[in-house]
Amino acid sequence: MEPIKTLRSTTVVMPSTNIDTDQIIPARYLTVTTKTGLGQALFADLRYAADGTPKPDFVLNRPEAAGSRILVAGHNFGCGSSREHAPWALHDYGFRAVVSSAIADIFKSNALKNGLLPVIVDPATHRWLVEHPGAEVTIDLETTELALPDGRRVTFPIDRFARHCLLNGIDELGYLRAQLPAIERYEAAHGR
Amino acid sequence: MPARTMFEKVWAAHEVVPETPDTPAVLYIDLHLTHEVTSPQAFALLRAQGLKIRRPDRTLATLDHSTPTRTEQIFGDEPIGPTDAARQVHQLEANAKEFGVELYGLRDPRRGIVHVIGPEQGHTRPGMTIVCGDSHTSTHGALGALAFGIGTTEVGHVLATQCLLQRKPKTLAIEVGGRLGAGVTAKDLILAIIGRIGVSGGTGYVLEYRGPAITALSMAERMTVCNMSIEAGARAGLIAPDEVTLAYLAERPHQPRPEDFDAAAAGWRALASDPGAAFDARVEIDASALEPMITYGTNPGMVLPIGGAIPGERGDPVLERALAYMGFHGGEPMLGKRVDVVFVGSCTNGRLEDLQATAKILRGRRVAPGVRMLVVPGSQQVKREAEALGLADVFREAGAEWRESGCSMCLGMNGDTVPAGATAVSTSNRNFEGRQGVGARTLLASPYTAAACAVTGRITDPRDLL
Ligand code: SF4
Repeated sequence: MEPIKTLRSTTVVMPSTNIDTDQIIPARYLTVTTKTGLGQALFADLRYAADGTPKPDFVLNRPEAAGSRILVAGHNFGCGSSREHAPWALHDYGFRAVVSSAIADIFKSNALKNGLLPVIVDPATHRWLVEHPGAEVTIDLETTELALPDGRRVTFPIDRFARHCLLNGIDELGYLRAQLPAIERYEAAHGR
Repeated sequence: MPARTMFEKVWAAHEVVPETPDTPAVLYIDLHLTHEVTSPQAFALLRAQGLKIRRPDRTLATLDHSTPTRTEQIFGDEPIGPTDAARQVHQLEANAKEFGVELYGLRDPRRGIVHVIGPEQGHTRPGMTIVCGDSHTSTHGALGALAFGIGTTEVGHVLATQCLLQRKPKTLAIEVGGRLGAGVTAKDLILAIIGRIGVSGGTGYVLEYRGPAITALSMAERMTVCNMSIEAGARAGLIAPDEVTLAYLAERPHQPRPEDFDAAAAGWRALASDPGAAFDARVEIDASALEPMITYGTNPGMVLPIGGAIPGERGDPVLERALAYMGFHGGEPMLGKRVDVVFVGSCTNGRLEDLQATAKILRGRRVAPGVRMLVVPGSQQVKREAEALGLADVFREAGAEWRESGCSMCLGMNGDTVPAGATAVSTSNRNFEGRQGVGARTLLASPYTAAACAVTGRITDPRDLL
């Protein structure tokens, strides 16, 4: 995985609360056996009309959204299923961070494993971001700060281990496999 | 030792390496369940890294999500469709063979929805840690197992090491007093709980359902409750093992040898939270006050007693958008609204008791003209039992479709979908936009309510037909 240190981008805003994994990627796109190319299916039901043409008023279809790497979303983003296809689709589309006032547990854990930063900010900062779509913000994973265009900086919580892995491009499986001797001892001691 | 909650006991017994501020715990996983949709990329990772499955004996696979439910497609000559769904099914068959994992394959009499077959076949036991690439893994908590959904990367971690990196969650006690009234079910209870704490109210917590209304529930009902923990944002839900649990376990195909059963049972009873154990948070609900519940919006927290009126506050964009999607208006009553499709099934309400409840209402009645009703057993065993009891005949005679087991219309990726704009009363667990098909409008309810709506073609209080 490529290391992530800082991210600077304009934002795209989807203010709805409880944007669930079925909206992020509907189930009919889950019949894949690989991870690639899912950006096409991102927000499919919101993004395309029944005939497959882009809906002009959906935020990702507007010209100003092009190239944005930071999605600002409403409270409780990513609730619902455990499908890792959700962060795969967001990442494949080009997003590298989701900013919200709350992010669902399993989605957050999946995002961290795929180079997509889940950034949880306080309600006031969240409101400001929602009200200023297209604002250029900087997310610094080293200092765990998000900087607004006026220079204000807010810190965001992130698991220290996940942060370490992301900063250094470390794969968690490698870390876990290094624990195999302890795992073997556990199995022997507990009759597993 | 200080008083501990059930969660703390199970967690502590599975810590291979405890967590530190810098590193998560390494948690041992006793049982890993897999299915065709969230496993292909994990097997591919193993293959790419030249790894084996560390404990194939603790891994079990089944086919349910993209697997069709029409008999001709399972036992006849009709192909599985669409083609990419067929590819996923065949991929799991190939992966199971290559990596030495037991698979309950397409025509296996033990096949079914992963959260139905785990308990049913006796794989799920109290005190275990259980994971699956599926968020409704919380179901298994009904037997006192710490069970939660994981992503595909984590599926790969468990396949390769039998462990997961996890931060310890907090605990939330849901104390349910009183007793459910006639016609009010476990489904209504969990919908009411989600309505109370909200769809993110359980985020970061493991729920423990306790109190007299919980101990009065059967195993199937407990599974319905724990199943929907994730709809409140909680990854896991637990219920302490008791005599009901032990009686259920004693009848399973896989269980400890008879001479070991009593020792195991003593250990299982000891899992219950100690008196005075501290929870991080607590919520109290009175079951006696509950009525049949139904959702009106696009998440399971948008729920009301069936006789109630849809909320109508102006200026709430979330509510307005949900009502626009559903084609509803604030202030309208739910009763009497037209229904196009009724789905009984899923890992929430696809067990024998759920089908018995459905049959209780359908017996001697017919599905209303213009309504399509689909009854899908949660497993092949449930199917056989329902057929032996004559329930399948009741469904067919009423005009409902009776299928092979699978996820079916719960998520609509196997050919069973709700058409755009149609209103479906469903015993499943998610009423998200597009969940049951593009533009489908889902109302979540109990099997009683679903069957009552099928008979009248309108939203109906099932107590009127019981
Ligand atoms: S029945 Fe529905 S919720 Fe349950 S495992 Fe299948 S798709 Fe998931």
